[in-house]
Amino acid sequence: MAVPTYASPLERIWHYAYLVICGLIFFFLIAPIVVIIPLSFNAEPYFTFTERMRSFDPEGYSLRWYRSLLTFGMQNPDATGWAFWSDAWQNANWVKAAKNSIIIGVFSTLVATVLGTLAALGLSRPEMPFRRAIMAILISPMIVPLIITATGMFFFYSNPCELLGIFGLPTNCGRLAGTYVGVILAHATLGIPFVIITVTATLVGFDQSLNRAAASLGANPRTTFFRVTMPLILPGVISGALFAFVTSFDEVVAVLFIAGPEQQTIPRQMWNGIREQISPAILAVATLLVIFSIALLTTVELLRRRSERIRGVTPR
Amino acid sequence: MANALDPHAAIATTAGGVTDGALRTADGKPLARALARSQSLARRRAFLLVLPLLAFILITFVVPIGQMLQRSFYNDGFSANMPALSQWFAENPRGTEPDEAAWSALATDLQAAAEARTIGVVGTRINYDVPGTRSLFTSTGRQVRRGIEPPYQAALLEIDEKWGNPALWSAMREASSPVTGNFYLAAVDRKRDDTGSITQVEERQQVYVMLFMRTFWLSLLITAITFVLGFPIAHLLATLPMRKSNLLMILVLLPFWTSLLVRTTSWMVLLQQQGVINDILVWLGVIGAGQRLQMIYNQTGTIIAMTHILLPFMILPLYSVMRTINPSYVRAARSLGATSWTAFRRVYFPQTLPGLGAGALLVFILAVGYYITPALVGGSSGQLISNMIAMHMTDTLNWSMAAALAALLLASVLLLYWVYDRMVGIDNLKLG
Repeated sequence: MAVPTYASPLERIWHYAYLVICGLIFFFLIAPIVVIIPLSFNAEPYFTFTERMRSFDPEGYSLRWYRSLLTFGMQNPDATGWAFWSDAWQNANWVKAAKNSIIIGVFSTLVATVLGTLAALGLSRPEMPFRRAIMAILISPMIVPLIITATGMFFFYSNPCELLGIFGLPTNCGRLAGTYVGVILAHATLGIPFVIITVTATLVGFDQSLNRAAASLGANPRTTFFRVTMPLILPGVISGALFAFVTSFDEVVAVLFIAGPEQQTIPRQMWNGIREQISPAILAVATLLVIFSIALLTTVELLRRRSERIRGVTPR
Repeated sequence: MANALDPHAAIATTAGGVTDGALRTADGKPLARALARSQSLARRRAFLLVLPLLAFILITFVVPIGQMLQRSFYNDGFSANMPALSQWFAENPRGTEPDEAAWSALATDLQAAAEARTIGVVGTRINYDVPGTRSLFTSTGRQVRRGIEPPYQAALLEIDEKWGNPALWSAMREASSPVTGNFYLAAVDRKRDDTGSITQVEERQQVYVMLFMRTFWLSLLITAITFVLGFPIAHLLATLPMRKSNLLMILVLLPFWTSLLVRTTSWMVLLQQQGVINDILVWLGVIGAGQRLQMIYNQTGTIIAMTHILLPFMILPLYSVMRTINPSYVRAARSLGATSWTAFRRVYFPQTLPGLGAGALLVFILAVGYYITPALVGGSSGQLISNMIAMHMTDTLNWSMAAALAALLLASVLLLYWVYDRMVGIDNLKLG
């Protein structure tokens, strides 16, 4: 965006002022995320740059907070070599939390992606009845405040069969609260809107005549789906799945309400850490999560470009 | 294919009475009927694809919320465990002084509830309305269980004279019916007094209306700030060449993809009194070392952190609308003699309104229900209505009150969601 040649001096000044303002806003957006990275290497338990850090003294930096992530909860943190790592893998609280987050994230993403993709295929067909209303219901988990969703789930998951009483069926069939299945289902619910949105967006540019062409060439609906539709919408499906995964990986409110102590996840451990006594170890976790989100963002961007290339939507 | 297979054409021929002339398929069926059949088949197929998810969402999301909302007007904690006294309340109109029959019913119920160990539930229910009465119920229950002799009025008053409190009897009358609107009254700072008419609660207990007002006001403020900050950014991204704007877009998308807790944590670190921003201000000499600003654990902290977190939700819809605006309109305006300000105000800005509406509604809807960030950085003056719902869920265990507040919040969010669907259309919701 250059200044047009006919611009008056005042307009030129305004133009540069505008660029400076934009720079400041970008700074506001990105600085809080960047600043925690060096702070997580602080050798002192402070949340600011110490004298030694500012003079780039290597003494001012250390990996102690990253080490404390591993040793927290370990039985024998002074062990060395194999014993240290095996102890960390089995007992360290943050490692356990990471395992839980990944298990819950992967399974809830699977549920959300399979159900969401099927539904998006149906919703994109022009014949779909009550399209608007159904779409509104399916997107609502994203819109309804999390605290309300979590509260509802808290009651429902502690006795999922309560409503069966209306039909005269037994009302006691165990609890879902405090189980992995419960948390996975809850997170699948929260991730579904993202899958629906991304996959329907991909299907907007989808040429339905390709399906008819496949059918006319003798492919049955299954073959058509796996050989024609799926490869074309795959980028959308994967980025929807990534959204669902991130939603689960970052979710704390539903976990606080329905998970038991066994289902400690990374966000919940962070939440506890922040509420009780915030230590720079939290910044070390935060740094790792930022790196993780950079990786995800890169993947999604690459997928988006690939999808645009496949569908022939070239950026100008 | 359009003309030959047009269902209207076929219907028109049949309606004209020339049944023989109706278009027919190869196997001799009327075309209109065959077409209608295949269309309903296609409809059913599309619906069957959506059905599993719809059922899933209904069971794990809609029904739970409905069940939870039911608690806002249904609470049988008292009536189910105190049947005799509830019966007496039903038979005697409001204003009747409790006679010996009432006291006897109370004693019987207390005894039964104490035996069944449900006295705590009863006490908790009354405790919502008359604070400090839970222990009255449990301790009286313990004594009544050992045995009680008539006259019951004297005996119960002997155990604890608080039983003579008319406010307590009024609260028990209110609780004697499981279906009640009292939690909604409480959610708007009203209550029923001893005579049954609706009055405002005492001034120092009026918290909910103020909290709702604060929630809406802060959400509005945050929406306005995200607009002011988001508009220039979106405009810059939309007017730069694709290569540069894609690069800068990463600066918007990275916060969007970063964990909410991480972003909240970094604001806690930055805004602390011993944090980076205060350090810089002291170093620059803007403030003295003794006057470090309190920017966190109050409303300021909530506003700053939430603005930062919600800003991408404003930028992205604005950007996608601005991208489609044809730059030649502004050029045309300039060539017709408009100043750059007029061209912006009269030509460019009106075209961005759909994006602005979408972004503002989305930010407002998300802000109204925010919980995590205010809970962590809000202190006491930055708490929103969601935090109050959480408090009633986990601390005071007044679930009916939580449900009533949730119902009011949900109603306002759904109203805005409906407006969003009308104005923007849910289909146009985009992520990144």
